[in-house]
Amino acid sequence: MAAAVELRNITKRFPGVVANDGVDFEAAEGEVHALLGENGAGKSTLSNILTGLYHPDEGEIRLWGKPVAFSSPREALEAGIGMVHQHFRLVPPFTVSENVILGDHRGEGKKFVVHPRRIERRVAELGERYRIAVDPRARVWQLSLGEQQRVEILKALYREARILILDEPTAVLTPQESASLFETLRVMADEGRTIVFISHKLHEVKAVSDRVTVLRDGRTVETVDTASATPRSLAALMVGREVSLAERVERTGDVGEPVLEVRGLSAAGDRGGDALRGLDLTVCAGEIVAIAGVAGNGQRELAETITGMRAPTHGEVVVAGNRLHGGDAREAIRAGVAHVPEDRLHTGVAPSLSIASNVVLKSYRGGEVTRGPLLRLRAIRDHALELIRRYDVRGGGPELPARQLSGGNLQKVVLAREFHGEPRVLVVASPTRGLDVGSIETVHGYLRDAASNGVGVLLISEDLDEIRALADRIAVMYEGSIVGERRGAEATVEELGLLMAGGGE
Amino acid sequence: MIRIERRLVQPRWLSVAVPIGTVVVAFGVMTIVLLATHHPPGHTFDRLFTTGFGGKDALNGTFVAATPLLFTGLCAAVAFRMQLFNIGGEGQLYVGAIVGAAAAIALGNHSGWVSVPAMIAAGAAGGAAFALIPGILRAFFSTNEIITSLMLNYVGALVIDYLIFDSQSYWRDTSSPTAKVFPQGKNFPDAASWPLAHAGGLLLPFGFLAGIVIAFLIWVLYTRTRFGFEVQVIGDSPRAASYAGMRTRRKILAVMALSGAIAGIGGASQDGDFRHTLDPRGLTSAGYGYAGIVIAALGRYNPFAVVVIAFLLGGLQNAGFALQGADFPSGLVGVLQGLILFCALGGELLVRYRIRFDRQVAATA
Repeated sequence: MAAAVELRNITKRFPGVVANDGVDFEAAEGEVHALLGENGAGKSTLSNILTGLYHPDEGEIRLWGKPVAFSSPREALEAGIGMVHQHFRLVPPFTVSENVILGDHRGEGKKFVVHPRRIERRVAELGERYRIAVDPRARVWQLSLGEQQRVEILKALYREARILILDEPTAVLTPQESASLFETLRVMADEGRTIVFISHKLHEVKAVSDRVTVLRDGRTVETVDTASATPRSLAALMVGREVSLAERVERTGDVGEPVLEVRGLSAAGDRGGDALRGLDLTVCAGEIVAIAGVAGNGQRELAETITGMRAPTHGEVVVAGNRLHGGDAREAIRAGVAHVPEDRLHTGVAPSLSIASNVVLKSYRGGEVTRGPLLRLRAIRDHALELIRRYDVRGGGPELPARQLSGGNLQKVVLAREFHGEPRVLVVASPTRGLDVGSIETVHGYLRDAASNGVGVLLISEDLDEIRALADRIAVMYEGSIVGERRGAEATVEELGLLMAGGGE
Repeated sequence: MIRIERRLVQPRWLSVAVPIGTVVVAFGVMTIVLLATHHPPGHTFDRLFTTGFGGKDALNGTFVAATPLLFTGLCAAVAFRMQLFNIGGEGQLYVGAIVGAAAAIALGNHSGWVSVPAMIAAGAAGGAAFALIPGILRAFFSTNEIITSLMLNYVGALVIDYLIFDSQSYWRDTSSPTAKVFPQGKNFPDAASWPLAHAGGLLLPFGFLAGIVIAFLIWVLYTRTRFGFEVQVIGDSPRAASYAGMRTRRKILAVMALSGAIAGIGGASQDGDFRHTLDPRGLTSAGYGYAGIVIAALGRYNPFAVVVIAFLLGGLQNAGFALQGADFPSGLVGVLQGLILFCALGGELLVRYRIRFDRQVAATA
């Protein structure tokens, strides 16, 4: 039987780089096939070629044995290829069902007058069947990232995709959500669909896939049966050397006075209603406290309220003894609150501005980089060069627009800037989402160093491995408040998962 | 099959080749239009160039036409930089002209050293105040400034009409019997005439020079100051700005006021440089504000580019005035101007996007 997807000798060059260099890949019908590789290994380019976004310079694509060439994503869609991108392609003000038919030009999508009821019914059916139910009438901006991902999957199912590509799908999910996604993927594979699962998380690849193709530096390294591989062997294939997997490193160093005290904090969410409900939390100097929780339980709002981007409705935030008025980011920055936001590309930096501009995003108001109302451009440049060197930011000089940096290097720029402000408290949200193994090690190292230097670190993450590798204390958040706390060294995944699901004590 | 896709990198040679190409295309299409209407193309192009840019008289006229465009172009560029779409340059220019005229009349015939700066300040204040209406609505009520500022253009035009045609206002000349029958504005005292700079036979309006100075100051403000830094960040990513603790509301008010003030000075320049009276005729039909938006877009919001493009567009308008006559209808002039602008904007698209001609599937399969 011919493979559902077969890519032969695919080469794609961009100015200055060869993103895919003679890649071979094939996936059978009814198979979950993982595509594993570090950032920059060429996974995204390959999937963009498969979905018709890019045109390969060389090579051949065959679907069920027949050669095809897509000149647009629409043709790929029509051929039965669906894709769930890492950054969702949804229209936030539209409803779920409107997003589902967007760009679809068969059936309901083709009609001039749209019958929302019919689409809603179909979307609800699909959601039910694959256990990824979402309210079809909810507006996308009201949904958590996990729910938005479900919409993307529903979109592909609605269009009857036979081949579904998922790019880093678990980055926005909790262990239980991931597990449930894996079940959904299994159901779809059992129906005869082909699932291409792009990831760099080894245990997930191990958990969900039948076979794994490993990419490194734009080339296919090997395709192996998942059953015969171990996380360690996969990691070695992926990185090209033996690596240490994210493991808990015990730090030495004393825990000091409380630097962040949150008392009875409440705040409204974007959808109205309370996102935070009387939350209490203390972080001491030299301590890493992690907030675990299912996406959408108020973690983002907590980070925003502490850092002044969102005004609290009740309660108070005290930083190193100073009570903040709240709702004023500048005040929080002055009090010594550093923030590594979840959305590093659009919140953490101004993407079109240079690295140099972005390293002074918070410090441009005074200090060495200004003279009265004027900026000292040379000093800013020197400062940027210094941080680029010290934090080993690769990819370009101080004039490079931030958006052209890879995820890991962008995060280094954000961390460099935040550490440079000599913070008392560091609020970091999903700091390693979308980063490759090497960058994750680096970022974790920086966070441990910060704590060892007496900074109180509040780590908000949906990645339990990360939390367990880093945290001294783990607080679990559910529906806007803390429902339980564990010492980092002792917590088990099962115990945390139960708390995250609302099974509090 | 034809596809349009965004360029990943913009090759350097394109920024030279595209402007040349667009001019060639524009003249090519114009040749067809001229042949179809039985006008000799070569002769017409020659006249277009000589009346716009050939010789001192032509250039003097071009400066006159370019001056208001320079101000409205800068007005739009300043606001667009922060993704603040002030479409109200037109109305802000009118209000600047009204308030500037009030200053000119009120100060009497004492000294140009008093009247000229006062008119500039008054024009700027008027334009800024008028621009602050959409600014405040945007900052505090999240109203779309494109719509509010656009609508206020009509308000501005009606106010000028009212002041001169429909009321016994401070600006209207009611001293002579003819003026009562044929409404007109009061003539300004001589002290309110802005000086002309003589440079090798060229007459440069004071307003044009002031516009160049303002362009330079904007460049300094936007590239060298904390204020400009905040504008850049807010324009690029409002969330990053709020994350960094920037006061976005205040910046909206400040940038709208600045943008309006520049258009307002343009209005005062119309009073002081050229008209020497508040006159709705010509002023409210010229469409300076809208041309300014095109200029700002073509200049990619770069103040120096705005100066150059305002000058070129001024030349085109000036040539248009000279060209039209019994044998050459003004409508045809409009067609030529439109073609050049259309090609320029189309060329701009080519710099940022590319068009690919693909043969279907067969080629690669």
